[in-house]
Amino acid sequence: MKDIVFKEIDGGKPFYLLLGFIGFFVLAALGSAWYMEHNGHWVTGMNNQIVWGTPHVFAVFLIVAASGALNVASISSVFQKTAYKPLARLSGLLAIALLAGGLAILVLDLGRPDRLIVAMTYYNFKSIFAWNIILYIGFMAVVAIYLWMMMERKMNKFTRVAGFSAFIWRLILTTGTGSIFGFLVARQAYDTAILAPMFIIMSFAFGLAIFILVLLGIYKWSDRPLGDSILFRLKNLLGVFIGAVLYFVLTYHLTNLYITENHGVEQFILMDGGVYTKLFWIVQILLGSLLPLALLYHPSTGKSRGWIGIASLLVIIGGLAQMYVIIIGGQAYPMEMFPGKEVVSSFADGITGSYTPSLPEIILGMGGIAVALAATFVGVRVLRFLPSTLADDAVDPHYPAREAEASA
Amino acid sequence: MSEESNIDIYRRRFMSGTATAAAGLAVAPGVMLTEVARAKPADQAVSSDIRWGMLIDTNKCNEGCNDCVTACNEEHNLEGFGRPATDAQWIRKVTLKDKQTGNIQTLPMLCQHCEHPPCVDVCPTGASFKREDGIVLVDKHICIGCRYCMMACPYKARSFVHEKLQDQMPYSPRGKGTVESCTFCVHRVDEDILPACVVACKEENHNAITFGDMNDPDSEISQQLKQHSSRQVRADLELNTGVRYRGI
Amino acid sequence: MIKYSLITLLFSLLLGVYTPGTAADVASGEDTSGPFIPKAQRRFSEEQGCVEPTGEMRANHMEYILDQRDATVHEGIRTRQYSLQECINCHVSDAEDAPRVDNEEHFCSSCHTYAAVSIDCFQCHADRPVKSRFDSLSNSSMHRIGSAAVPPTTLDSEQLKVLSNEDFGNE
Ligand code: SF4
Ligand code: SF4
Repeated sequence: MKDIVFKEIDGGKPFYLLLGFIGFFVLAALGSAWYMEHNGHWVTGMNNQIVWGTPHVFAVFLIVAASGALNVASISSVFQKTAYKPLARLSGLLAIALLAGGLAILVLDLGRPDRLIVAMTYYNFKSIFAWNIILYIGFMAVVAIYLWMMMERKMNKFTRVAGFSAFIWRLILTTGTGSIFGFLVARQAYDTAILAPMFIIMSFAFGLAIFILVLLGIYKWSDRPLGDSILFRLKNLLGVFIGAVLYFVLTYHLTNLYITENHGVEQFILMDGGVYTKLFWIVQILLGSLLPLALLYHPSTGKSRGWIGIASLLVIIGGLAQMYVIIIGGQAYPMEMFPGKEVVSSFADGITGSYTPSLPEIILGMGGIAVALAATFVGVRVLRFLPSTLADDAVDPHYPAREAEASA
Repeated sequence: MSEESNIDIYRRRFMSGTATAAAGLAVAPGVMLTEVARAKPADQAVSSDIRWGMLIDTNKCNEGCNDCVTACNEEHNLEGFGRPATDAQWIRKVTLKDKQTGNIQTLPMLCQHCEHPPCVDVCPTGASFKREDGIVLVDKHICIGCRYCMMACPYKARSFVHEKLQDQMPYSPRGKGTVESCTFCVHRVDEDILPACVVACKEENHNAITFGDMNDPDSEISQQLKQHSSRQVRADLELNTGVRYRGI
Repeated sequence: MIKYSLITLLFSLLLGVYTPGTAADVASGEDTSGPFIPKAQRRFSEEQGCVEPTGEMRANHMEYILDQRDATVHEGIRTRQYSLQECINCHVSDAEDAPRVDNEEHFCSSCHTYAAVSIDCFQCHADRPVKSRFDSLSNSSMHRIGSAAVPPTTLDSEQLKVLSNEDFGNE
């Protein structure tokens, strides 16, 4: 294996056009945040029953994906798989960028975003949410240090330690994110310990899917060679993660079905929850899990870059659907305050909470993705994050052997 | 209730009197001030010797009556914008129909002023807090409007202010982008006066709501809680709510 | 860049304050520099205009209000001397057409615009005197909480003063 050469990608017109295009989304998101803030949240689809809406779907998705995007780096530094080493820097950068995007959404959706300073200075240490704020900021710092250790030759010897800390930190972080919901004893859909590990597995899949798409995109646009060997490794890994998420989703629903008092919410999500049921079965399970699995492992589509890209995109769409079902579906299901009674009130007691995503919310959510992409592209433009080649013979330690095998 | 102080008898006579009789009592300010002497002095902090609580007798709660809700909306200027999904509701009437027997009951639902409030536990900034005397409030000066407390409250007791407000009541500040809920009319309680909903219910002679200090064994609420069986809604969560119900 | 535009902004604000229209009103005041500040409705006492000497209030009113805010919200301390509500009752007119806080002629805004310090008190608090729908002193004893655990206390004259609001002319 040759020495890997990391290089900034070229600037020039296409780069700035792309950046301008993404920047447009960022501006639009700022505009909708201002619009929501100026008028008050009644202009969104959110209300007193569904208090967290589409912005939170995007935000939690991005935050979860951020920790997953670090996977590639962890595999290389912690588990010493050299094949992944050339990709470790991008992995770290993407992790920070995705987290920044998710946090931007969360902050802009606050009722009082102008009080960000309050959120930073007043802490209630009993609050899992407050802990998450610390975890998020810490994650950025730890990953930044990790990147520095990787990129500064003199510091290389610390890479493994830094990588290990980042790995532990991200596990805690995703557990924390899952616990934001897991600690809500009030709501049937959330009151379960399995949410935290499920979020970790979800992060693996979502983060890797985004990683693959970004990798494919950047290498295509910057005209750098990207070998099949590394790509196929990644897509196989993605397949494993998708399977694992499916397994956890299955366990989650089976345990819930085992607990009698949760039958109601299960019936709601799985059978008669209307849009939530459709999103669950059609988008999350069929389009977001089974189809990409088939695409990734099918002998012909599994070898096509186009199809691998599509499969990754499907995983992302399925992931957003999954978040939608968990976050919004979980709130829409009426809270059981009086078992055995039919409940009627002026405050939507006893009926499914109604929610329709509004345009500003969606634009704000997309803006978060745009922030993440913009940060990534600027990062690879100004610093040496990407190897100038990822061609098979340049990066695959087993390449000669495999070549021989293939020709034999 | 065998042994009662004179004050108790005196008080009960007033309470059982009709609304008109009571309203006819125009009390001179001087008299009121001696009466106020029973209240906590204005410059004294509340203490945990008291735990304010409320007992709601669903048998006395009238199905068509909405007076407690109206009184609350009036007191705190909660008139909405005609948008039920986003307008604030601190207290609401809930109608229950037994799935098996068809029996119908109604009751008011409000913040239960939990002893172990989930809203306070989850609040990232500490804006949601419990006063020494058990009243759970939002300090709107530090609330960032994240709505996590609304996710956590098992009683849907909280509302988010979705629009810009003006001319709020001086004792009940509320504003866009923050979360709010029933305050147990803390501004009244601090001056030893019953919450608006309790007064409204009394004035209609329904007397379905009893309010008082649950730590004081002699208070009317403690006596009633002792004599009759009552329930906490979602007692399984062990939040030790400050609002109890009879007859459900 | 940002600094530069801020300075320009400040400068134009200064100029705005000194337009002849506003300057004419200042004639009634003691000094002619600074913004036009509406007069209070009452005096705190014979000797003193505001609840603390005027200079002290100008410099430190926010400290007083902040302390009072925490005491009231968290501890239920309801003395009135430093409460924001009383500031408004005394310094802002309750006339229908009286200027709101988004108008530079509002007592708070007059200075805060001048000093370019933004305040967010009035997102939650009324920016003008509002007639309370709850008036403790007119409530009949029927509405008192029965058998309060607090033993009857004798109030010293200070406390009585605070409770009765005599000094502040609050309705
Ligand atoms: S009822 Fe809800 S809002 Fe009230 S104290 Fe309990 S958890 Fe908090
Ligand atoms: S909305 Fe306000 S009170 Fe509720 S959890 Fe967030 S900061 Fe705390």
